[in-house]
Amino acid sequence: MDWVNAIAQGILLGGLYALFAAGLSLIFGVMRLVNIAHGDLIVAAAYLALTIVQITGLHPFAAAIIVVPLMALFGYILQRLLLNPTLGKDFLSPLLVTFGLSVILQNGLLAGFTADSRRLSAGAIETASFDIMPGLTLGALPLLMFVVAVAVIAGLEVIFSRTSLGRAFRATSDDAEIAQLMALDHHHVYGLAMALSAGIVAIAGIFLAIRTNFDPASGPARLIFGFEAVIIGGLGNLWGTLAGGVVLGVSQTLGAQISPGWQLLAGHLVFFLVLGLRPRGLFPRMD
Amino acid sequence: MSSTSIGLDIKGTAMSSAYAIERSTPTSRVAAIMALVLVAGLIAAPWWAGRANLRLLGEIYTFVALSSLWNLLAGYTGLVSVGQQAFVGLGGYTLFGLTIFTGVPPLVAVALAGVIGGAGALLLAPLLFRLQGAYFAIGTWVAAEVFRLSFAQVAALGGGSGTSLPTAIVVSIAADRSLREGLIYWSALALTLVALGFVIALLRSRTGLALTAIRDSEIASESCGINIAWTKILVYVATAAISTMVGALIFLQKLRISPEAAFSVNDWTAFVIFIVVIGGIGTIEGPLVGTLVFFALRETLANLGTTYLLILGAVAIVVMLKAPKGLWGVVADRFGIALVPIRRQVKTR
Amino acid sequence: MTEPLLSLRQLDAGYGDFQALFNVSFDIATGSVTALIGANGAGKSTLLRAIVGLVRAKPQMVRYCGEPIGGLSPDRIARRGVALVPEGRRLFRSLSVEENLVIGGECGRPGPWSLKAVYSLFPVLRERRRNPGTALSGGQQQMVAIGRALMSNPELILFDEISLGLAPVVIKDIYAALPAIIATGVSAVIVEQDVTRALGIAHRFVCLQEGKVSLQGDPAAVGRHDITAAYFGM
Repeated sequence: MDWVNAIAQGILLGGLYALFAAGLSLIFGVMRLVNIAHGDLIVAAAYLALTIVQITGLHPFAAAIIVVPLMALFGYILQRLLLNPTLGKDFLSPLLVTFGLSVILQNGLLAGFTADSRRLSAGAIETASFDIMPGLTLGALPLLMFVVAVAVIAGLEVIFSRTSLGRAFRATSDDAEIAQLMALDHHHVYGLAMALSAGIVAIAGIFLAIRTNFDPASGPARLIFGFEAVIIGGLGNLWGTLAGGVVLGVSQTLGAQISPGWQLLAGHLVFFLVLGLRPRGLFPRMD
Repeated sequence: MSSTSIGLDIKGTAMSSAYAIERSTPTSRVAAIMALVLVAGLIAAPWWAGRANLRLLGEIYTFVALSSLWNLLAGYTGLVSVGQQAFVGLGGYTLFGLTIFTGVPPLVAVALAGVIGGAGALLLAPLLFRLQGAYFAIGTWVAAEVFRLSFAQVAALGGGSGTSLPTAIVVSIAADRSLREGLIYWSALALTLVALGFVIALLRSRTGLALTAIRDSEIASESCGINIAWTKILVYVATAAISTMVGALIFLQKLRISPEAAFSVNDWTAFVIFIVVIGGIGTIEGPLVGTLVFFALRETLANLGTTYLLILGAVAIVVMLKAPKGLWGVVADRFGIALVPIRRQVKTR
Repeated sequence: MTEPLLSLRQLDAGYGDFQALFNVSFDIATGSVTALIGANGAGKSTLLRAIVGLVRAKPQMVRYCGEPIGGLSPDRIARRGVALVPEGRRLFRSLSVEENLVIGGECGRPGPWSLKAVYSLFPVLRERRRNPGTALSGGQQQMVAIGRALMSNPELILFDEISLGLAPVVIKDIYAALPAIIATGVSAVIVEQDVTRALGIAHRFVCLQEGKVSLQGDPAAVGRHDITAAYFGM
């Protein structure tokens, strides 16, 4: 029964990893940018949520109303100021700039909030749970995270396939030069993509803050989990990313079942296993 | 430095007498002589430098080596790794493992670490090379994490909290403390010269031309008949081998190891990247200049703590945006100098 | 004399250190068709790219409706009513035929062209509107590219290599559609390998040779011999 339980928890954990991954996947899809600071932005959003909850006394979920737009605005400005100037040449400059940003964010948070680990309390929902069957209990919070992850990915799919914003994203990704001739300012389009990514980062950050202890150095691990979910699922496939997150989550909870030290290691090894056997991921995009 | 002077031999023209291809320049010849003097002075350092300065020099050497190797990977081969700590840490643990469990003399273990590191890289390469560009970068990071988590599981080496090198092993290098420190210092200097020599020799070789071709256009070099995949793997494995030896030496100087310290992304990759970016990526001189700037900043700003890292990150971003060729690139462009000539230049006789 | 729609004045342009255009000056009148001819590498594509802003130019070098537009970003120039049908079509591969057309009209300029109008000009596109743009034949792709440019209701439309790589029968179809397009009052510049065909439809021609204007005028008034000489630089 422990194993069934571990798998169920792993699936739900996968929702959180898909949230980490969705923003990463989105900006890679639109502008071929890999944001090394992605995990640190998630942690920064967690601290932002913490601060807002402390100041306003809002419930963490209600704080999202402030955190999401603030992060989106930050993402837009970040893109226009720092990242757009690096795009177009090669992958080296955006990679190194986001790497520098990662170090700045980590040390900025360290200076502002000390190295002590923090946590955000969401009240009753943290302990609420549903008994599915004898021996299998699902927590309300992990369930909610999973549902939100599915909703975010479904929302992204709709934006990409049905809206003019999504058309602009796809057209700019296909051929940025010609997209400009369609009166699309690609710098603005990239800014919007990063804003959307940062909005998802904000949601991921709030859930991270409620689910676990976090500290200024927690970012890189979140980047790696998101990255592994993207690669396991297959590049350019959002539902695949969710599946990748689930595979990663289940690997980790099963690994932890063997020995606590094996939790992260098992996830990484499954990542390398997929990379070795299915280099394009489990669900590569058809084209 | 050799001054190769090859006459162009084009049939039906008189060019062979009018032009010559040269690598060295008057500046580079002066630089070569000064480098020899400098190396001689540094070899003698145990006699003129105090214990603290000797340690600082040793540390500078390791960063010169690591950043030159990373520069070869990122600046010339297009393999941007943010996981070089995998090899530094592997080197450290190889040193501790071999000396503690098998009784191999420490300096021999440093050399063997190169073999282990090269073998490790050869195993990782087929997996990591499936990832492109920035994803390769994060892949190398995951590999380093696997190493870190794995060594944290080895109880005999102290698990997650690490261990110290037993005194008996330390003393086995040389019973006399200053002789021991001298030996470790000379090893670090020698290894750094090996690393620099390797990078320079590689870049001046045919493979080096191939690398520059890869960097400038993968398609172009493919059509020139250069095997890109193998060239990249060769460079990746060789830099990993040397980085692992450097790692072994670093922890021979520290005498204590833990998974966190051995596989620290900040110490062995972030600093190295900042050094290369600030100094000048894709230039031989860049990592040297960057290391000097890095240590100058560290010695003056170290008491600022986290602010120091904030400044370093900000400087690196500004350099990347405003002067992508780094400090050395700015200097070299303005004055047209190259201390370590890689390029072949056509000269009128 | 009324102000020209577009006027180029001593336009110099190029890529990095390579200068492709030297001192190019000519006018395009409202409602006119201009054939831009010249050998490969004469700078025709660079000229069109400079007009739409994909290649940098100094402000006064490109004047549109009397205002300097050189150096404006391509999206701003597009908003003012300049559209390009690029060489090689360059459809967005992850967009359907209809989405390719719709995105062309994203700038929201009013005018005669709409999805319906494009579909009645090229009925085959309506049948294939759900297909990915790149799943079509070369000729159909060119129709999408033309339709995409028309959707912005441009005042000036630039066709780069309008028939390159297309089958003769398809070229005929494309040229058959041009009068309907021009009849809406739009001005056109056509880059075409087939000089005779281009001159047949144009009111004026401009011949480029090694980045310079070697001859321009009225196709009916200039002898073929002179045009050939200007084309090949003889």
